[in-house]
Amino acid sequence: MNRSLLEPLIFEQSRPEHAGMDVPRAGVPEVPVRTLLPGVRTRTDPPRLPEVSESRVVRHYTRLSQLNYSVDSQFYPLGSCTMKYNPRLNEELAALPGFAQLHPLQDEADTQGVLRLMSELERALLEITGMDRMTLQPAAGAQGELTGVLMIKAFHRDHSGEGRDTVIVPDSAHGTNLASAAMAGYEVIELPSSPKGLIDLGTLRANLSERVAALMLTNPNTLGLFEEDILEISRAVHEAGALCYYDGANLNAILGKARPGDMGMDVVHLNLHKTFSTPHGGGGPGAGPVAVRALLEPYLPVPLVGRSPTDGSYRLEYDRPLTVGRLKGAHGNIGVLVRAFAYLLRMGGDGLSRVSEDAVLNANYLRSRLRARYHLPFDRPCMHEFVLSAASPSRKGVTALDVAKRLLDFGIHAPTVYFPLIVPEAMMIEPTETEDLATLDAFVAAMEQIDDEARKDPEMLRGAPYTTPVRRVDEAGAARHPTLRWSATG
Amino acid sequence: MLDVLGLPTVDELFAPIPDPLLHAGLDLPPGLSESETRAYVEALAALDRPSGPFSFLGAGHYQHDVPAAVRGLVARGEFSTAYTPYQAEVSQGTLQHIFEFQTTICELTGMESANASLYDGPSAVAEAVFMAARLTGRHGCLLSAGIHPQTRRVVHTYASGPGITIADGPLDPGSATTILPSPEQGIAAVVVQQPNFYGVIEDLEPLAHSAHAVGAILVVAVDPLVLGVIEAPGAMGADIVVGDAQAFGNPMSFGGPSVGFLACRTEHVRQIPGRIVGQTVDSLGSRSYTLTLQTREQHIRRARATSNICSNQALSALAATIHLALLGPSGLRRLGEVCLQRAHHLQRELCALPGVRLLVDGPFFYEFALSLPLSAADFARRMRQRDVDPGVPLSRVPDFVGALLPAAGNIDPQSVLLVAATESNTPEALERYVIEARGVLEEARTALAETA
Repeated sequence: MNRSLLEPLIFEQSRPEHAGMDVPRAGVPEVPVRTLLPGVRTRTDPPRLPEVSESRVVRHYTRLSQLNYSVDSQFYPLGSCTMKYNPRLNEELAALPGFAQLHPLQDEADTQGVLRLMSELERALLEITGMDRMTLQPAAGAQGELTGVLMIKAFHRDHSGEGRDTVIVPDSAHGTNLASAAMAGYEVIELPSSPKGLIDLGTLRANLSERVAALMLTNPNTLGLFEEDILEISRAVHEAGALCYYDGANLNAILGKARPGDMGMDVVHLNLHKTFSTPHGGGGPGAGPVAVRALLEPYLPVPLVGRSPTDGSYRLEYDRPLTVGRLKGAHGNIGVLVRAFAYLLRMGGDGLSRVSEDAVLNANYLRSRLRARYHLPFDRPCMHEFVLSAASPSRKGVTALDVAKRLLDFGIHAPTVYFPLIVPEAMMIEPTETEDLATLDAFVAAMEQIDDEARKDPEMLRGAPYTTPVRRVDEAGAARHPTLRWSATG
Repeated sequence: MLDVLGLPTVDELFAPIPDPLLHAGLDLPPGLSESETRAYVEALAALDRPSGPFSFLGAGHYQHDVPAAVRGLVARGEFSTAYTPYQAEVSQGTLQHIFEFQTTICELTGMESANASLYDGPSAVAEAVFMAARLTGRHGCLLSAGIHPQTRRVVHTYASGPGITIADGPLDPGSATTILPSPEQGIAAVVVQQPNFYGVIEDLEPLAHSAHAVGAILVVAVDPLVLGVIEAPGAMGADIVVGDAQAFGNPMSFGGPSVGFLACRTEHVRQIPGRIVGQTVDSLGSRSYTLTLQTREQHIRRARATSNICSNQALSALAATIHLALLGPSGLRRLGEVCLQRAHHLQRELCALPGVRLLVDGPFFYEFALSLPLSAADFARRMRQRDVDPGVPLSRVPDFVGALLPAAGNIDPQSVLLVAATESNTPEALERYVIEARGVLEEARTALAETA
């Protein structure tokens, strides 16, 4: 990768009269547009799309792809986002015409295969989570959160909880938890973590009241620590008349080991683009199915996939009077669901337990190797991820951002930095189960070298990265003078 | 590795999980090999009947040809397996194609700024309503009855959270375009769909005037496919333009993933939901791209973010960007014209059959609503037996509400069929549709005569 690969915008490569594809002839007697669309204002100033040949388009986007790091080419020790290998097979299966070329409003007799896939996927995910029923509709984790919180709201409305206007989240929570609760119209209380990095039962109890609708939590939490008091936590929440929401972003640690349903959780969302290996796509699409205990089942969005009692055929069920409604136009990000389903088939029950064992083993190996050099604010065995702090007097003001940027020079993607917010100069590291020992050792070696560099030459680190297609990018400048699109006049 | 950790077995690593919670394995079948997995999933896919030239279904999702170059480029692992581009220095590929997507959306819609994508068209409408509420400080919204019923349902679901009130704006009984006699004072937004659910093209200018007269925002949910032919919403007074770009480069995939988008004027950019890419420079002064205005977003602003959205539809947006780059301005116009010509041809031929007529007389683009002399579901069933999937019976549209029909009371919703034709429906397929429809109508007449 080098700077000479930097690529002009596709718009800047436009040449008059060039085109990248042909459009078929209408093949029917053509009538002037004006006649077909009487009184309609037609477009006189065409959109300035690029005029480029197919070969130029292919070359342009191939070059752009080469400016990216990706799981296919680099290690991503990226906490909270579980960037594991994405099996190739799943891509082929999602592209099968029997899935890719289905219209969402086709007659159900013509879509029995995809409906059965959805039903079997739901059943497998319910077994993994220990829950009772699930919607596959939400497009991503955050939309799943909103779905879950809206169901909680509807439940309280129907069970004399109108006065419940508050959701509690730990201060280590993902930002989406707070934003989803706020979007559903709730006030949010942030719960300070205990010195052990966990939810403190006493603090929780002090904040529980008849105004609290739910506790949203992540377990293992974003520090990679299992909430040891989880059963007491869910009991306390339920005794206060509130419900427990489980953010499934960190499910990779506990597949076949522990189940949110057994922990007393009432709602669980999953991120299929994390735990279940569907590719991240540079930011999406994902899928965020939401599972519930039976008491919330009436509130699930429509439609659910069910079966006809007469002939056993699969069908979409809409007649659900208490439903919160729908969050998305059709039935979900089906292409993502197919990939996750194929992953589950390949892993099987035994393979999934192995996934978590290897993920937790890899994380603890890295934690154990790095603790000699980096401060671990919560220094005990972790689950699938752990958080270290880059702050150290001996590293002379080098920040987590500097370490992260320097890692890019070693061909390693940066960990999640400055999150969770409760650790100064946080670096959140999650290796996943799909990395081998050689990769982990190379990462440790890079982190050790960066530590050496920080002690000897902190200035050098502040200039990192050096070998990437562009050097450190001016984010502040971008926000001060937003240029959000190309324009011909510059 | 266990030696490094000084642990005898991997089980020790799970010691923090309290004993009563420890789960003894999952009740799932053992793992399959790659070939077994393929066979299993392919067998499921074989139970489905994929669309093709003889499928005329629309109502929000449309069949279009996906160029091979789009498929090949989007499948590149460097795009598909990349993370969200928070580390700009190693994500210039993703950042630049999103910047190109934003530009493309602005050009199509005639707006000044766009975001990096939203989940889909309907949720983009809901986000636009929230954005309008923030911009105006108001909490009511007028939804045209021409909005897709599923979109309407999504807006109602989202709005139930903060308690935004939604009213329905009626359609003209003749033309099925939105009529706005006098929108109420104090509403945040008027929301219309272009073309609307019945395929009819709305005249946006008067709607913009009546919305602006009461200080409301005009939100237009547009199908971008028509924007090479008809005027951009931005040139007709729209304040926020949203929609779904599935038509470009993305298979229908049973409804997802698709590509929601949101565009607005620059003055409103700090109220946009979701990610935005901006241009900047690196430390050596080279032009580069980065996520920007992030203080709007949940990972920074948390409970006070403009939306909770985090993951979006980046890869699907890339497919749309590439397809539109291949088309260029004249290709886009030509594609729209081909869809328009084929749909109008089909409509003329079908309406020449006895008892078949257009439901409403407003100008339509590539989808139209027919009133049939028999139940649309029955018609569709008989046509499918002849290998033509003739359209979506209104009765099959989830969330459809009869009271929202133009001229409600004079029309039996059971008789209404929505028909879409695109470049994927070949002239031969159109001809076959008409022949089979004639046969089915005769069949139905005979059956009726026999019962009588």
